[in-house]
Amino acid sequence: MTDTLAEHADSHLHKGEPLIEMDNVGKAYGAIRALRGINLRVNAGEVTCVLGDNGAGKSTLIKIMSGLHPHNEGSMKVDGKELSFSSPREALEHGIATVYQDLAVVSLMEVWRNFFLGSEMTAGNYPLAAMKIKQMRRIADEELRKMGIVVKDINQPIGTLSGGQRQCVAIARAVYFGARVLILDEPTAALGVKQSGVVLKYVAAARDAGLGVVFITHNPHHAYMVGDHFVILKLGATALDKKRSEVDLDELTTQMAGGDELAELSHELGRK
Amino acid sequence: MTQNVQAPPATTPSEPTNRVTLGLSNRLLARPEVGALVAAIIIFIFFLVVAPAFRSADSFFTILYQSSTIGIVAVGVGMLMIGGEFDLSAGVITTTAGLVNSMFCWYFGVNLWVGAILSLAFCLFVGFINGYLVMRTGIPSFLITLGTFFVLQGANLGVTKLVTGSVSSTDISQIDGYDSLGKIFSSSFQIGGVTIWGTVIWWFIFVALSAWILQRTRIGNWIYAVGGGPDSARAVGVPVVRTKIGLFMTVSFLGWFIGMHTLYRFNTLQAGNGVGNEFLYIIAAVVGGTLLTGGYGNAIGVAIGAFIFGMTSLGIVYAGWDPNWFKAFLGIMLLLAVLVNLYVKRMSTARKVG
Repeated sequence: MTDTLAEHADSHLHKGEPLIEMDNVGKAYGAIRALRGINLRVNAGEVTCVLGDNGAGKSTLIKIMSGLHPHNEGSMKVDGKELSFSSPREALEHGIATVYQDLAVVSLMEVWRNFFLGSEMTAGNYPLAAMKIKQMRRIADEELRKMGIVVKDINQPIGTLSGGQRQCVAIARAVYFGARVLILDEPTAALGVKQSGVVLKYVAAARDAGLGVVFITHNPHHAYMVGDHFVILKLGATALDKKRSEVDLDELTTQMAGGDELAELSHELGRK
Repeated sequence: MTQNVQAPPATTPSEPTNRVTLGLSNRLLARPEVGALVAAIIIFIFFLVVAPAFRSADSFFTILYQSSTIGIVAVGVGMLMIGGEFDLSAGVITTTAGLVNSMFCWYFGVNLWVGAILSLAFCLFVGFINGYLVMRTGIPSFLITLGTFFVLQGANLGVTKLVTGSVSSTDISQIDGYDSLGKIFSSSFQIGGVTIWGTVIWWFIFVALSAWILQRTRIGNWIYAVGGGPDSARAVGVPVVRTKIGLFMTVSFLGWFIGMHTLYRFNTLQAGNGVGNEFLYIIAAVVGGTLLTGGYGNAIGVAIGAFIFGMTSLGIVYAGWDPNWFKAFLGIMLLLAVLVNLYVKRMSTARKVG
């Protein structure tokens, strides 16, 4: 599994090299400041976990990196160059691929069509050029199998796969098309224990292949299993920013659960 | 559901063992046009039995002609609906197209080709505006194109009244270019005593083109994607806005085409015509298996839908019944089609066991 990911990963990636650097980044939607003062580094070969409660600014952070909304404060550097994306396509061109929890795939379309969506192989460059359908089917099937995802029929609508399998197809697709940074938006949120395990193995495999992974999650246990670096967001600002060596699971869990606020709440509720 | 679970060959134990090849019946059912095809065959046999006049080759080609006048625009409407949008202005734009051509050339006394090209540009512009407004504002296309529909309907009547003083356009058969344009848009030829209209050929060409685009090209992949999951499509780099605007413009192009046909066949136009046709296009698409919510359907299905329309509208006449019943029949067809589609979609996307 790891070998296959490594095969497609960019061989110029060096572990620890910064891919995305955010310096004091902020974003305001009209009068509402959704995010402020974010300093984040995504390094090659490392998993950066972003944790936070609902409304903490996780989605806004992803949207900035994946090109859905540009930031309006601070600076973002990709491979050392200062950038601001205006579309997801632009982010993809810089090797930043995002896999969303619920909108990772188009469920009525066949597995192979989903795999190649947006990067179809065509016989020519003119608008009505035929797609190389046989080849696309074969490659999609091969790639998924190599990565241990066995779909019963590559022609079945992807909506018939389980949630975990859909996430894996989306991750496999991103890696196959040369992603250097993989942003995963709550990939395990809707999954059972076993399926979450499968997805986490992929996260680890992508990291080992040298990709920079941004792993967004609610779940500190999942984060701690794969993470190298942890960022907790609270009300649009950074509440914790520590390396794996500086933090343990207990601290993460407490911080995630609300930390001091939680202690106060338990005091207020006053049960012994 | 019948499923054949393929046993793995004994020689290659490393092969994954749980692959499934679906049975033929299941694979057939999963195709959007199957329901429509079954319906078309039943209706065809039904009219063969009850209407003696239905049984000649000549009436068959008349039915094809009737189907093509709806079917050509329905090709575009079907693609647009697969792309997840509606166009209620598609019916009335056919009249607008003809009127722009006819009145511009009559008023200024210029060659009809000039007017035809001007009309094409105008229709594409209307399609662009529809698409642009839908994408820019996020308002459902149902509302935006309902607006365009009323604007065009009113303008058709208002401008025609201003220019010609009545609600029909003037006779243009004496203006230069009438014959050459007539050859393209409304010619017919005879084969063995049977009249075949050019629009039937055009219809087949457009259907073939649409089928090619939807199944075989990158753009087709994008059309299914923007209809089935616009956000997912955008996230993987599909140009959603351009694809949808392109679809609206395709519909208005085909509307222009039928507008040209009507103009050069009858040479005058009633400014109030075309209203209500938008629903016929939508019915053809839905009967043909297109999902109202987008992301599912195909060109052959839409063509069969239009053919069912042609068969029933003329079959009722051939059978000697009161043609006023036609709309009631069409309504029943639509309801049945929606039920069949729902059933088929459940069958084909249900999680496969095993």
